[in-house]
Amino acid sequence: MAYLELNNINKTYGESDSATQVLSNINLSIEEGEFVAIVGFTGSGKTTLVNLINGLLEPTSGEVLFKGEPVSGTSHERGVIFQNYSLLPWLTVGQNILMAVKEAFPKKSKVELNEIVADYVEMVSLTPAINKRPKELSGGMRQRVAVARALAMKPEMIIMDEPLGALDALTRGNLQDEILNIWGKDKRTALLITNDVDEGLYMADRIIPLKPGPKATLGPEFRIDIERPRDKTELNDNPSYKKTRNAIIEYLMDIGNARKSEAKAEIILPDLTPKDFVNQF
Amino acid sequence: MKQSITLGKVTKFMGLGFLSTLKDLFTGKLGKEDFKNFLRKAVVPLASILLFIGLWHAGAKALYNREANFKIEKALTDQGETAAEAMRACIASGDVSCKPNTLPSPGQVWDSYKSLLRDHNIISADKAAFIQKTAALNAKRIAAGKAAITYTGRPSFIDQIIMSLKTVFAGFLLALVIAIPLGIFIGLSPTLKSAFNWFIQIFKPVSPVVWYLLVFMIVKTILIDSNDDSSFIISFISVGLCSMWATLVNTAMGVSSVDKDYINVAKVLKLGPFQKVFKVILPSSLPLIFTGLKITLSVAWMVLIAIELLAQSPGLGLFVWEEFQNGANDSNSKIIVAMFVIGIIGFLLDRIMLTIQNAVSFDKNEGI
Repeated sequence: MAYLELNNINKTYGESDSATQVLSNINLSIEEGEFVAIVGFTGSGKTTLVNLINGLLEPTSGEVLFKGEPVSGTSHERGVIFQNYSLLPWLTVGQNILMAVKEAFPKKSKVELNEIVADYVEMVSLTPAINKRPKELSGGMRQRVAVARALAMKPEMIIMDEPLGALDALTRGNLQDEILNIWGKDKRTALLITNDVDEGLYMADRIIPLKPGPKATLGPEFRIDIERPRDKTELNDNPSYKKTRNAIIEYLMDIGNARKSEAKAEIILPDLTPKDFVNQF
Repeated sequence: MKQSITLGKVTKFMGLGFLSTLKDLFTGKLGKEDFKNFLRKAVVPLASILLFIGLWHAGAKALYNREANFKIEKALTDQGETAAEAMRACIASGDVSCKPNTLPSPGQVWDSYKSLLRDHNIISADKAAFIQKTAALNAKRIAAGKAAITYTGRPSFIDQIIMSLKTVFAGFLLALVIAIPLGIFIGLSPTLKSAFNWFIQIFKPVSPVVWYLLVFMIVKTILIDSNDDSSFIISFISVGLCSMWATLVNTAMGVSSVDKDYINVAKVLKLGPFQKVFKVILPSSLPLIFTGLKITLSVAWMVLIAIELLAQSPGLGLFVWEEFQNGANDSNSKIIVAMFVIGIIGFLLDRIMLTIQNAVSFDKNEGI
């Protein structure tokens, strides 16, 4: 049995008439220790999918199974790194992480909790900033805090919702390496949602494109059989990398074009003129 | 890195930035740009204050002349030439009996201010002497289980200011104690919100005078057995009820509009309901709550005068009313002194609240 399973998931927002179906017929299974990336256009329902998996939303129909049990509500077993960091601005870096750790390990003593916090702050190399508030940090540092907060709860699975989307290319690259390092240490299961094909190719074992919504659904999966640790500069010369990359991009472009041609369908406007149009002048 | 706290930062934080500009002027640290800034921030306000006093002086003089002429004319038509001459001489001599009663000039107001301070010193000395004189007797009375003799002379202007401040703070605390918890509950529960909405909408615009009457009806009956003066209790409760609405509405709004991201964090961390309220919802709505409290304090100070006047509570409101009824030759200028004192204290209270508000505020997007 798969570690995480999504069976025939549908998600609809709104009631009857004004309802829009965001996700339709999503099927996904992730094995333990696997790193899966879902790539999709912005606005294709990626965040909705993530929230279904982490338990913030419930599917309209279908089921989400985590270790064989249906997901109901959030759980400490599934750590989430949000798209927009979502740090609490009135708490310092240490306090933000401590709040999570306290909830995850209610039985530990204060000293132990502080040790955990210090360890994870050290891991994302923010020890000098432990007493700073989020506003004093750069975007990359904030995201590192968010990563530390999610990992400090020692989740069995990490769910990342476009974690690096708002960062510049250099910081992005560094953080990708950091996340991979941390993931490599105890091989937790990881799900990465991203809009960057290269990011997926560099980090994941499998890439699954999400066809854009409404009625978004998952496309065919692409396996990336490149040995870890991967080297960014060497990747460019790797034939298997090139092939997979081209295939994915071609697939996404095709979807994009299909979507465009659909949108082109002509709308015939009714032939109307204002009633007293002439008389006004 | 520890940030140093300088005078400049503190004054700027309190919205009194012009003070540090003044300091720079005296220490000779002003550049050309700063000089323009200095003109705008220090010279222009100063000039406008002088202009205000000048206009006031001229206006007061015109009113004085009008009143004096009217008195002389009246004497002439009622009693004839000699009476008019006598009246003119009397007014010119500045005698109290025939002084025109009108808007006092800035000079008169300043004199009244000084006389009120003198008056305070005299009363304080009197009070001290009284306490010394009765100390031995009071010790005996207390030992015998009787109540001590207290000073019952009239309060000085400063005593009345202190009384007003006490009333306002008691009222403010009452508003805080009622409005913040209630606001939190209303903000958290849509059911409670619809239960209380009509209540808020109807009672919010009610005038302070009506609140006073309502409180008076209730407190009078509750304290029917007591011989103590209930005017303080009545006035602070009225002030509190009058002014609590801004805090109530702002708290409810702040609590119900917490950023969805923070709520998601609370859910993902699986915070309990208690933790969620105290660790996420309350801190994130603190800036709005303090905005409400700031409005509440300024409303409290504003309605206080009317309520003290009605309740006969010995504060600034009563002072103004008694001076008006009194009609002594310096009553008008004492009323103006009270007006400035009320204005300046109101301004200071507002600045104190602004300082606290700035200290607890954060930018909405700081964590995102």
